[in-house]
Amino acid sequence: MTYFTMQLLNGLQIGSIYALIALGYTMVYGIIKLINFAHGEIMMTAAYSIYFFITLLHIPFIPATLLAMLLSMALGMLIEKLAYRRLRSASRLSALITAIAVSLFLQTGYAILFTPDPRAFPVTASSFPVFYLGEVPLSSWTLITIAVALAVMILLQLFVTRHKAGKAMLVVSEDVKGAYLMGIKVNNIVSMTFAIGSALAAIAAALFIVSYPQITPYMGAMPGIKAFIAAVLGGIGLIPGAMLGGFLLGLIETMTRAYIPASLSQLSEGVVFIVLILVLLLKPAGLLGKSEREKV
Amino acid sequence: MPKSKFVSYSINLAAALAVYLLFHFLFSSGIVSRTLIDLFTLCCIFATAAVSLNLSTGLLGELNLGHAGFMSVGAYTAALITLAAGRSGNVGILLLSLLAGGLTAALSALVIGIPVLRLRGDYLAITTLAFGEIVKVLMRSMKITGGGQPLTGIALDTTYTIGYWALIITLIVIYTLIRSRHGRAIISIREDDIAAEACGVSVTKYKLIAFSFSAFFAGIAGGLYAHYAGVLEPSFFDYNQSVNFMVMVVFGGIGSLTGSVLSAFFLTLLPEFLRGIDTYRTLIYSVILVFLMHYRPSGLLGQRELSQRGIARVFRRERLEAQPISGVGGGRAVERENVPASGSAERKADSALRDRTGTSSGTPEEPLEHRMKGRR
Repeated sequence: MTYFTMQLLNGLQIGSIYALIALGYTMVYGIIKLINFAHGEIMMTAAYSIYFFITLLHIPFIPATLLAMLLSMALGMLIEKLAYRRLRSASRLSALITAIAVSLFLQTGYAILFTPDPRAFPVTASSFPVFYLGEVPLSSWTLITIAVALAVMILLQLFVTRHKAGKAMLVVSEDVKGAYLMGIKVNNIVSMTFAIGSALAAIAAALFIVSYPQITPYMGAMPGIKAFIAAVLGGIGLIPGAMLGGFLLGLIETMTRAYIPASLSQLSEGVVFIVLILVLLLKPAGLLGKSEREKV
Repeated sequence: MPKSKFVSYSINLAAALAVYLLFHFLFSSGIVSRTLIDLFTLCCIFATAAVSLNLSTGLLGELNLGHAGFMSVGAYTAALITLAAGRSGNVGILLLSLLAGGLTAALSALVIGIPVLRLRGDYLAITTLAFGEIVKVLMRSMKITGGGQPLTGIALDTTYTIGYWALIITLIVIYTLIRSRHGRAIISIREDDIAAEACGVSVTKYKLIAFSFSAFFAGIAGGLYAHYAGVLEPSFFDYNQSVNFMVMVVFGGIGSLTGSVLSAFFLTLLPEFLRGIDTYRTLIYSVILVFLMHYRPSGLLGQRELSQRGIARVFRRERLEAQPISGVGGGRAVERENVPASGSAERKADSALRDRTGTSSGTPEEPLEHRMKGRR
């Protein structure tokens, strides 16, 4: 039972990180129907920014994260403007290939700039105090991760449903041309979506590198793909879907890793991909999505 | 077979034979070093993989990010068969193992394709990516494929002759496939799947056909690679390798088979001759990819082929341009007359809207590749 509770908390912890990244994917997909393959790489760049702010400029962890969020927002908007804006009416194939190219560019660019060698992050989860719930050891970092993620998600949900700009975002994702005719500045809204998504990725990066204190240029790829799967699992384009999908995927992954027989441990890496294929088979619109009939 | 077709096929085959004899002469005479011959073989293998990817990405129009996964399936199948047979240098067993590798790859494409090919482009791309990862994990965890250790001791049987003719046969099969009514059905799905379905094309069936053919030749390329390298590692066939093939396809021209061959040769040889460029290679590729997608979304050759007919057309055009066009019906002038006078104003308004919203109303003046697979 103790083991199970521990795994449950671990699952929620990694799941909240997946959920934060998945929000960026799902918002961008909802608004311009593009899988932003570079999203995981934005998280990677944020991790490097936080690392350098702390080690070179000696800024404390939280201000460093806030600065990294600003940098990622700028990067996200820059990528959108330079790489994606011209392709909004182009074929999906071109847009996807461009997204892959941007992700390759950031990966190799960072590998060349900062060498591909892993760097150890100075702040680790073990430096946070541990509580005991009965017999279950409970790191306060786990609680902080889950709480931060939940707070950010609630803020985002409030922004989207209450604030004018957030509502404009929903309108654009509904109908671009209609939004334009209603006087919404579509380009600004798309930029804003990228900025918000990138800021969330930076928060996810901060939470991720404390839990797994290793920074490499390729660290964004796997969490990025898994977060995308989380977004699909919850229903892509839906903000609550991304949250639900993230938590579920984190739980599924941790539980399989914990309970799979040791001889099959290699297979646990593939479980999330099997989840993806199953979701697409059984409910292609995702758990919260409604399947729409296609209009010609 | 019509006579003109027969003639053109014979010319192409003769050209392929001539190129082979040229290389055979070069390679057997000892002028060319051993490494260069091996490099030529590797180019042929990668070109086979790129051409087969072009069938699913360029001609069917679905982004396939797990092509290396199919290659991996074929490579391991073929390698295990020749290892079990235990005799090296036996061409018959090699060809049989290649065929088996291709068939298992095609079978895996069918297994994965039947459920997921009903999905739209983006989902398919991400599922193929997932497939590639699953294959990697499976190859790592199964005992028979080495169980985490590289599979070694595979006979080095892939000679440049086998590599070259495998490439030629792949080209012939895919070319004749796309020139048949089945191929036209496949291309119609790329242009507009809803319209194709409305015309009676079974979209899922033809997607499956294209997908499994593509996987079949990827499997053969994998088998060739297994007998070229002698060692197989699951991580060789990862996502980056799939992206590598995709870069080849995009550079050469999405939908152009000969373009894929040219770019596969070029992109495989380039890093060998410019050793210093290797660290910056992916960086340069990614920048070029973005520019290509912005300014020439169908790749360098576009959908044109490097064929004897194409070459003949270039010569003919030169001759035509040399002569002054006279009289009625002289070329393009007629087409221009049919554009309504109001067309330009309409187009201006539309492009203004497009600049601000990023969508278009899809006027007929727009080039086809912009409208194909547009957002709905």
